[in-house]
Amino acid sequence: MFPVTEIREIAKNVFFQKIEAPRIARKRKAGQFLVIRKGEMSERIPLTIVNSDPADGTVTIIYQVVGKSTAELAAMKPGETIQDVVGPLGLPTHIENFGTVVGIGGGIGTAPLLPIATAIKNAGNRLISIVGARTKDLLILEEEMKPISDTLIVTTDDGSYAKKGFVTTALKELIDAGEKIDLCIAIGPVPMMRAVAEVTKPDGIKTMVSLNPIMVDATGMCGACRVTVGGVTRFVCVDGPEFDGHEVDFKELVMRNRAYLKEEKVAMERYEHKDGKCMGEKSPAAKAPAAAPVTTGGGR
Amino acid sequence: MADAKPTPRPKPFSIPKQPMPEQPPEVRRKNFREVPFGLTPDLAILEASRCIQCKNPACVKGCPVNIKIPEFIELVRQGKFVEAARKIKEDNTLPAVCGRVCPQEEQCEMPCVIGKKGEPVAIGRLERFVADFERVTGNVVVPEVAPPTGKRVAVVGAGPAGLTVAGDLVQMGHDVTIFEALHKPGGVLMYGIPEFRLPKDIVQSEVDYICSLGAKLECDVVIGKTITIDELLGEEKFDACFVGTGAGLPYFMNIPGENLIGIYSANEYLTRSNLMKAYLFPVADTPLFRGKHVAVVGGGNVAMDAARTALRMGAEKVYLVYRRSKKEMPARMEEIHHAEEEGVEFHLLTNPLRFLGNDEAWVTEIECQRMELGEPDASGRRRPVPVKGSEFRLSVDTVVMSIGNGANPLVPATTPGLDTNKWGNILADQETGKTSKKGVFAGGDIVIGAATVILAMGAGRKAGAAIHEYLKTGVW
Repeated sequence: MFPVTEIREIAKNVFFQKIEAPRIARKRKAGQFLVIRKGEMSERIPLTIVNSDPADGTVTIIYQVVGKSTAELAAMKPGETIQDVVGPLGLPTHIENFGTVVGIGGGIGTAPLLPIATAIKNAGNRLISIVGARTKDLLILEEEMKPISDTLIVTTDDGSYAKKGFVTTALKELIDAGEKIDLCIAIGPVPMMRAVAEVTKPDGIKTMVSLNPIMVDATGMCGACRVTVGGVTRFVCVDGPEFDGHEVDFKELVMRNRAYLKEEKVAMERYEHKDGKCMGEKSPAAKAPAAAPVTTGGGR
Repeated sequence: MADAKPTPRPKPFSIPKQPMPEQPPEVRRKNFREVPFGLTPDLAILEASRCIQCKNPACVKGCPVNIKIPEFIELVRQGKFVEAARKIKEDNTLPAVCGRVCPQEEQCEMPCVIGKKGEPVAIGRLERFVADFERVTGNVVVPEVAPPTGKRVAVVGAGPAGLTVAGDLVQMGHDVTIFEALHKPGGVLMYGIPEFRLPKDIVQSEVDYICSLGAKLECDVVIGKTITIDELLGEEKFDACFVGTGAGLPYFMNIPGENLIGIYSANEYLTRSNLMKAYLFPVADTPLFRGKHVAVVGGGNVAMDAARTALRMGAEKVYLVYRRSKKEMPARMEEIHHAEEEGVEFHLLTNPLRFLGNDEAWVTEIECQRMELGEPDASGRRRPVPVKGSEFRLSVDTVVMSIGNGANPLVPATTPGLDTNKWGNILADQETGKTSKKGVFAGGDIVIGAATVILAMGAGRKAGAAIHEYLKTGVW
C-alpha cells in the first residue's frame, strides 16, 4: 500500500500528487514512469514521475483527469492509500551536454518535460523552453520551468495568456531567427509532437518525443504499447518511452490510443452515476481531444 | 471419509477409468467457471483402486518432481484423502495447480502399466482431488520448518519455479523473500491460465500456503528496475538469489498490419482477462474488446486458452489458425478436445500473410495462405510449405497472436556477469541452476524457454537443493 501525502489541483483538471514509494524514489531517473493501480478493480495506468525525494521517500506525479482511473485518483485525500505503485519503468532519458537544447511541453506534456529539462540544464546545456497550452487555465508549471530555462517562451492557442499561437509557431520563429539547435525534446499530445517533428525535419534537428500509448503490465510482457519506429515495432514500455520523432509512426499511435474510447466512456458514466455526483464539466472522457491517451490516464 | 473401510483391491484391469464430471460444452462456453467439477470421493476411491501398486513404479520417474505416486494413491484408496495430499506435498508444493495443468499424459501417466492395456490410472485427477479435498475441508496444516539458518535468499518472480524454490528453502530454515513484478503472485498461473482452467482463488491459496511456511512476498517490485540483482546481493544483503522470471516477451509474426487495433498478443489478451478481470468490465476497470469474429493464431495450450476465452467473451465465431496439422499441435490433447467441443473452428495448415483494416485502423480481415507438410524441420515436425495461389481471406474483428514467448530481458539486461544464450535465455546448469554469476541461480522458462508449469517446478526443486548446499558450504 502506498500512501498519498499531498494532492492539489494546479490547473483545471490537472492534479499534482505526492505518493510514498521509497524504493522508486531512490531509483528513479528523469524520463522514467510508474504504473498505478488504485484499487482491486482498477486499471494499471502509466504516469510519468515528475520528481522524487529519496530523503522522504516520495514520488511526484502530475496528471490530467481524462477518464475514470484518473478521476478516481484525483478524488483521493492525503493519508489514503493506493494499492499498487510500480517503477521506475522505461529507459531514463539520455542526458549529456548537447549544446543548445529546445524543450517543448504542450498541455499536460510539460509535466514529463520538467524533470528531463532539469537534467538537461544540469548537464550544462543551454536550455530554451517552449511551454504551451490551449488556454490560460490549462497552463502548468510555468514557475517551475522559469529558473531552469535560459529562455522560456509561453504560448496559448487562444491568446488568453502570453504569446498567442502554437508551440510550433514559436519553434519555427526560433529556427527562422537562425538559432542553432542541437537537440529538440517535445512532449505533449500526439498531434503536437508530430507537428514539432515536421518543423524540425527539414533542418535535420534531432528531435526526441516521449510517447504515451495504452499499456497494461508496462514491463514488456503484453505488447499493448507497440508502436512503429523506423518501420520496426517497438514496445514503448521497455524500449522507450522516448524515440526519434522523425521515425515514429504517429498516425498509428493516434489510432491505437483510440482503441477503448467507447469502454472509457462507459466506465466514466458509471463512475459518475455510482458516486451520485455530477462531475459536470469535469467529464472530459466524452470531450477529450481525439489524441488524448484515453485509458492511460494522460500523464504522459 | 477418512473412516471409510478400504475395500479389497480389485482385479487388475477390471475397472475402467472413471470419468471426471464437467460442465457441458454449450453451458461452459458462456461462463468463466471451472470446466471440470473434479472427482467425487467415491469416484476417487474407485479410480485409486485401479492402481496395481507397482514395485518399481514408472510413474514416479515420469514426474519431474518425483511425487510418491503409488503411496498417495494407496492412501486415496483407503479414503485417507488428507494424508494423501500431505504425501504429495512432501515433493510438490502446488498439487492443486499441477493436478489441473500438468501434461500428465506425457509424464506420470504415460508409462503407467495399466495404460498398456487400457487407459492409465488418472493420476492427475487424483492429485487434483486430494489437494482440493484438503483445502476445502480446511485441513491444510503448516509443516514444521527447520530452525533458522540466518541465511537470506531472494527469489525473483512468484511463478511456478520461484514458488517452488521459496517453499523448499523456507522449510530448510532460510529467510526467503519473493519479489514479484506484477501486483499479484503466481506468474503465468495468475496472468496466463484462465479462470475456467485454473481458478485464481486456488492459485492464491497455494501461494498463501507458501507464505504460511514463512516466505515473505513483495509484489510491485520489478527486479532490474526497482532493485537490481547486484543490489539484492549487496546493500539488501541477500546471500543468494534465484531468478525465475519466465518467458514473458510475446512474439509477433512481423507481417504487415500486425499493429492494427484489435490484434492482441496472447499475453495481453489473457492478462487483461485473467489478471485484470476484464471479463467483468465495467465492474473491473480494464476493458477487453468483445470481438464477434475472433481468430487465434497458434496451436499451443496458450492458443487454446485464448480461443476459449474469446468464446466466453461472447464471440460468435472463434477460429484457430495454425500452420501445421492437428498432429503437430503443441497443445495438450485434452485442451484441443475442450476447444473443439466448445465450438472453436480449426483452420489447420493455414498461415496468415497480412492483416487488413478499416479507416479507423481496426482489423477486419486476415489474408491467409494454405500450407502443406514437407520434410521434417529442426523440431522433428514436418515443415509447413506454402501452397502457391491458395490465398484467401478470413473476416475477423479480433486477432490473438499466440505464437510463443521469449525470455524476459529485464534481469539479464541489468545484471553484469549473467550470461545468456543468443535467444536471451539465462545460461544455468541443468542440475543445480547455477549461472555464470556467483550466488545467482536460475530456472524455469527464463532458462529453458517457454515450457510447462511442472518443468519450471522441477527446475525450482533442483535449484532449491543447490542453493541450500551453497548456503551451507559457501562453495560455488
